[in-house]
Order: sequence, then C-alpha cells, then structure tokens
Amino acid sequence: MVRTALAVLVIDENRIRAAIIEAGLREAGHERVTVIHDVTGIARRIAEIEPDVIVIDLENPNRDMLENMFQLSRAVKRPIAMFVDRSDQASIEAAVDAGVSAYVVDGMRQERVKPILDMAVSRFNAFSRMARELEEVRGELESRKVIDRAKGILMKSRGLSEEAAYTLLRKTAMNQNRKIGDIAQSLVTAAGLLGPAEDE
Amino acid sequence: MSAEHQITAGFMPLFDSAVLVAAGELGFAAREGIDLKLHRETSWANIRDRIAIGHFHLAHMLGPMPLACNLGLTPLASETIVPFSLGLGGNCVTVSNAAWAGMVAHGAAADLDPARAGAALRALIRERAAAGGDPLRFAVVHPHSGHNYELRYWLAACGIDPEREIEIVIVPPPFMADALAAGRIDGYCVGEPWNSAAVAAGTGHIVTVKAQIWRNSPEKVVGVRKAWADENPEALAALLRALHHSARWCQDPANHGELAALMAQAGFLGLPPAVQMPILTGRLQLGDGAERTIDDFFLPFDKAANFPWKSHALWFYTQMVRWGHVTHTPENFAIARDCYRPDLYRSALKPLGVALPGANSKVEGALRVATAVGATGAGLVLGPDGFFDGQIFDPDEIDAYIAGQESAEIQA
Repeated sequence: MVRTALAVLVIDENRIRAAIIEAGLREAGHERVTVIHDVTGIARRIAEIEPDVIVIDLENPNRDMLENMFQLSRAVKRPIAMFVDRSDQASIEAAVDAGVSAYVVDGMRQERVKPILDMAVSRFNAFSRMARELEEVRGELESRKVIDRAKGILMKSRGLSEEAAYTLLRKTAMNQNRKIGDIAQSLVTAAGLLGPAEDE
Repeated sequence: MSAEHQITAGFMPLFDSAVLVAAGELGFAAREGIDLKLHRETSWANIRDRIAIGHFHLAHMLGPMPLACNLGLTPLASETIVPFSLGLGGNCVTVSNAAWAGMVAHGAAADLDPARAGAALRALIRERAAAGGDPLRFAVVHPHSGHNYELRYWLAACGIDPEREIEIVIVPPPFMADALAAGRIDGYCVGEPWNSAAVAAGTGHIVTVKAQIWRNSPEKVVGVRKAWADENPEALAALLRALHHSARWCQDPANHGELAALMAQAGFLGLPPAVQMPILTGRLQLGDGAERTIDDFFLPFDKAANFPWKSHALWFYTQMVRWGHVTHTPENFAIARDCYRPDLYRSALKPLGVALPGANSKVEGALRVATAVGATGAGLVLGPDGFFDGQIFDPDEIDAYIAGQESAEIQA
C-alpha cells in the first residue's frame, strides 16, 4: 500500500510547544498529525494511530517505556527505528541539541521524513528561545518590583526622595560591581530580618 | 587553575550515581586534574543517545546497557566500554498492598526471603489465573537492566514464567511509586529510594531485595564512549582514580550524613536526606512497620564493588540470551566478553597500590562466606555471592549454563 500522507504523532507534555509543532506540521501540508500530552494508555493510541513518525521531546522520562513498546511491537505492528538514518550524524545532533527525538518506521525513505524532523527541530528551537525571552521579561519585572520596595524602605528609613533612594541603590550597585536588582534584594531581605515588614 | 581534563558525564537521579556525583562535587575529580561536569538526565534512552553523539564522554549506566549498545540491540548506540562498576546491590522488589495481602494469604512474611515470597507470589498468580483475572503487572526501569534480569531470574527460579504468567512493563524510576498507588502496576523492581518511597507513602510492601536474590550482584556501571577512551587514556585513568577515592569515601559510615545531604540537593536526587539512609544503612522499612537490616544491601566500594568483572557482563549476557533479547553466537559472546574492561581498571589503579583481584572473571555464586582472595597489593575480601536458588554460574561453562536454562522447565 502506498501512503501519500504520513501519519505523525507528537508526544509532548508541554501543550504550548506541542501546539507550535502541530501548527508547523500542518503549515507544511501534513494533515494527519496527532498530539498526545499524556502517555497513559499510549500503547492503545499508537495502535489506533499507526504513526509513521513519532516526535517526542527528549525531556520526556517515558522514552524508555516507549522504546520498549516498539521493541515488543505488540502495540506497534511495524518495526520502528530511531531517526531516519543512523549515519546522518548532523541531523541527529541537531535534534538532540534542540531537545527532540524522532522515531521512524523502518524502511521509510529519508527524504520523506527529514523535513518533518527539521521542522520539529526548528520549532523546538523557536520555543526554547521564546521560553528564554519570557523568563528574562519575568525576571525584569520581578527585579523592578524589588527595586520599588527597596526604594520604599530607603525613603521611609532615611527620609530620602524617591530619586535620591534610586541614586543610592545605583551607586551602591556600581561600587560593588553588582546588579541593582541584587542590591535591592539584599536590602529587602535585610529589612525583613531586622524589623517589621516595611509594607505593614 | 584550569583542569587538565574536561570530562562530561550523564547520570540518572538514582542513589547509585553517588560515586560519580561525589567525585564531581566533593573534589575527588579536581584532585586528579579533572573538571567533571555532571548532567542529570530523564531517561536511559537520553543517556545512550548523548553518549552516541558525543555530548557525554561517559555516564552512569545500567550494567547490561553497554552490552545492549555493543550488541546492536538499541537504536543509536556507539561502542561503549565499562572500566568501573558503581556498586553492588541496591534494588528491591515492591508490591502493592493488595498484592501483598494476597501473598500473605499464601504464606508470605515480612522477612525478605526470596524463596518464600516467590512461592507465595506463585500461589497468588495461579489463584488469579484460575479465577479468570488479569495477570499481575510488574514494572522495571529498562529492558536491558539488572532489574529486569534479576526480577525474571527470581520469578523463574520460583516456578513463575515471567513471559506468560505476569506482564512486565517499563516505568521510569521516579514514577514507580505513583503507578503502584494508582493501580497501574501491581509491583516493581527498582533501585532505592523508589522502594522506600512506596513504603513511606503506605502504598507498597518490599517483598525481597537484590542482595538476597543474588548477593553482591552487579548493578550500575560507568559506561564510557570507546572512541573517547581510546584517544584519552590518561584522562580515563585519572577519572578511574578519582572514582576509586570517591567510592571509598562513600562507603565510610562517617560520611553517610554528608553523602545523603549531597544527594538530597535539587540537582541530584532532590529528596530529603532521610530517604537516602535506608540504602546507606541497609535498614529497610518493609511496610506495616516491619523493619529489617540486610547485609551487603548496597556496596559502593567494599568487596571489590568497583571491579568490572567479566563474569558479571557474561551473566547479563546469559540472561539476554535466556529471555530472547539476543542470540547466543560466538560473535555475540565475544562482544559481551570484551565489553567490561578490568584491564583499564587495573592499569589505572595499580599505581595506587590498592588491592586488585588476581583474575578478571570469577565463578559467580560459589562463595558461601566472605572470603579473602589472592590479590596484588593489600588483602581483598570477596563475597559471599550466592544466588538464592543455589545455582552457580561458571563463565568458562557458559554454553552449559545457557543450555541448562533453556531446557529447565519452569515448574510449579
């Protein structure tokens, strides 16, 4: 039987990332994409879906379970091998670096699967970049909040204006070669230890 | 000060990674000029893949795993050698409260006796089968693991056919206790602290331990990417010396508190120090308040625990053959025989003047009591190493051993 559309199964506990990968696959013209977030009962699902390619994130601790299922091939009727071509070191490295692993039905032609894997790799990379940026923004917001509290402490305890309080924090940070957020955090911690909370 | 050797190692969050972790974190590696970078992994498949593509030079591995890699049983594997063992023992078999109640009804007791527990389990299995119930489902951590092979060995020796009378599935170690509590599995074989975890949660009973199925039996090893080892013999030798010092430190009861605190850190096990103590002391809670202390429950150093015995690798190989994971051929035998590398262990440790066994292979199961053996350097004590069913594995008679297991009917 010649199949034109490949059945792709994406296993990812991270729903946002899974959605991003799914969207990418659909954009690339793959209609038969299934996404699973939870591996409970996965043997039955795989038997139903009969995927040609499985994309799974490397951080999923169930990879050993999944591979064993492939080896037993009771749930999965056809032999499945990891990656398209074991000799394609660059492709494998890119996938592992991005945090993705792929299992492919043995005997499937490389040119059919490689675009799927490449797409998954680029989407994983895009997601981790996004997650990193989000983390940075969150960190910035957090540190701005701490700086505001530290300013408040200085204004109250030393009778400074807001601007003077900020200048003092900045000068201290520069003198100690530390980040202003760190200095503010130390001050907030110290104030918490020394007396009643400043926002009481 | 920049280190002479940069070494990257993967490990799984299990207590028996302790020798590797302590080597990196407590200065044993640094003292040998090694900058040892440790990476925690989430699956054995990741460990294998990252070794294969060169992310890791070496890793904490299941004893049979390097064999599976070299025998071509796993996707994406590079040639892997074993110059160091991370310890002996450490696993238990734990069952659900319901299975335990069923076993007790058939004569099981909280004494960890593998023969008694196995007989009770067999009676329970037959009773369920007669009533038309589903087979019990047991979990192990990986198909090519000491857990899978010792569980099967124990069951078969107790007259239970692990292929037909129970189901064996794979579950990651940290999920075992939860899967048991949720009723997805009826029992499991795993390293600590994942047995004590189920007991502490009140959802499981420890029924027997690896140390009683096969005393002083092999467990985790250091698997090294062979291509790297061939090109970096000095770095490898330095690492083996660091691991030797680390293992000796880990064995010393005076350091157990510090070791437990180290392993409790979020980057390693991330579980409270108290949870690490059973494996260090061998004093286990079995469930319902029963407590028992097991001799040689887990040895990170004593009794030549770090020596990569070829007979250990070959025993794993016989079990791979027994359960149909590989065919016994002269080529496969040679691959299994050459995987563990006592020669590398010897040449690295000889300059330290430590006790080294006189041979690379031994008859497993022959030592009924702890025995001082011929060794270069200081005196060396081995064993006892008996299998609970009294069998003996002589690596020089491997064909007979394999044939004996094939022909042995699993009898009620």
